[in-house]
Amino acid sequence: MTTVAAVDSVNTVLEQIEIDALLEAVFRHYGLDFRSYARASLTRRVRKFVDEEGVRTVSGVQDRVLHEEAAMQRLLSTLTVNVTSMFRDPGFYRSFRTHVAPLLRTYPYVRIWHAGCSTGEEVYSMAILLHEEGLLARTRIYATDIDEDALALAREGIYPLHKMKDYSRGYLAAGGNGSLSDYYTAAYESARLRGFLGERALFTRHNLAMDGAFAEFTAIVCRNVMIYFDRSLQDRVHKLFDESLVRLGVLALGTRESLRTHRSEPRYESLDAEQRIYRKVVA
Amino acid sequence: MRAPHPAPHLVVVGASTGGLKAVRKILGPGDAEWPFAMIIALHRSDDSHGLAAALGGGVRDVDDKDALLAGRVYLAPAGYHLLVDGPVVSLSVDDPVRFSRPSIDVLFETAADAYGARTTGIILTGGNRDGSRGLARVAAEGGTALIQDPTTAESRVMPEAALDAVPNAQVLSLAEIGQVLRAFAPSEEFAHGY
Ligand SMILES: C[S@@+](CC[C@H](N)C(=O)[O-])C[C@H]1O[C@@H](n2cnc3c(N)ncnc32)[C@H](O)[C@@H]1O
Repeated sequence: MTTVAAVDSVNTVLEQIEIDALLEAVFRHYGLDFRSYARASLTRRVRKFVDEEGVRTVSGVQDRVLHEEAAMQRLLSTLTVNVTSMFRDPGFYRSFRTHVAPLLRTYPYVRIWHAGCSTGEEVYSMAILLHEEGLLARTRIYATDIDEDALALAREGIYPLHKMKDYSRGYLAAGGNGSLSDYYTAAYESARLRGFLGERALFTRHNLAMDGAFAEFTAIVCRNVMIYFDRSLQDRVHKLFDESLVRLGVLALGTRESLRTHRSEPRYESLDAEQRIYRKVVA
Repeated sequence: MRAPHPAPHLVVVGASTGGLKAVRKILGPGDAEWPFAMIIALHRSDDSHGLAAALGGGVRDVDDKDALLAGRVYLAPAGYHLLVDGPVVSLSVDDPVRFSRPSIDVLFETAADAYGARTTGIILTGGNRDGSRGLARVAAEGGTALIQDPTTAESRVMPEAALDAVPNAQVLSLAEIGQVLRAFAPSEEFAHGY
């Protein structure tokens, strides 16, 4: 038993050495930086990739990824977690309606950044909310992600029809004042979101781990993205958001993320502490 | 009471059907000064609230990257996986594993990765087979495996599956598991933080 345990631990250490080497190599060869991603989750994804690729070790992955660009694209898809849905956490959207919409109404022109928008469900949910609040026409949404494949789906705005039942429940719980079916047309097995919802949104690639600020925003929404980053990368992203927000601009995080203990915390106050919606209070 | 310090040892607990009552029983009144950190993963619907308070015993909800401190009891939030990530916890919204999120397997496997032999895994009552792989990983790393006696469990599927996976785990009643925890004294070689 003892020897088995010892061997196992050595393997764990060796695996981490190999993962360090893989991430360093990917960074230097492809300019993609995964070195500061939260390691436990990244390790699980790399193990999955080792299985899928039918190689024996992480070093085997490194060999393949460095010499075959297609393998790099596959690794990127495995490392980025695209799971998302419309109106995930209805309480968040309800709170955004109550606390943030009135603030946005005081601006003649609103700019919102959805950072890590994945396949777009969150963006269309927000567009519906803004439409119902009479704000969509004066809003521009910049929706960004590291993953081009996800962005391509986001631009289309077509989702599996069978998911709409769940999303309708979320829409109503989020305080929607119509019916979700007002916002899509069903064809075969798909639901196509109505064109006007996407018209105010621009889907573009942006890497939170490497790219800089590109505009000034009234509100930034970044939910369930930074949970995949370690503390140092989270700090980088918070600095980036701070630079990108106007004074009194709004920052919305996921329900189990917090500004607490981050360097930029003193620069914000809570609009809704439970829903993790903050407002920048210094210039 | 000592100042908060990194937990030298980690106890992970998994349950589903009947888990609320079972966890309360092993936690007791919540006045214990555990020398370890404890993380509980309890299956439930994504929109359930207030479970930490219902569990009592000083159980707290977890935020991403919270530090694992000795004496604290953490609850994996509904709708997220909880991963032990060195001295902190990381959350993830990856797809459910074996239909569960939080997944007991994910919690236990990452606990074993991070804490190795300094992990204690406890599987309680439950109506599915989540947790058996994770407990096997804990045992393989030299950690301690405890399983609620299936004959005393509200639902015996989960403890029986765990026992299939880890045949030499200790099989105990809830009261006995509580006693093991209260008698817990980390051995000298593990008495350092993460
Ligand atoms: C779990 S999804 C969250 C989607 C959505 N915000 C939500 O809450 O439903 C995480 C997204 O973050 C993206 N992502 C990961 N690393 C990134 C980075 N460095 N820069 C930008 N986006 C990133 C992934 O591609 C993925 O689409």
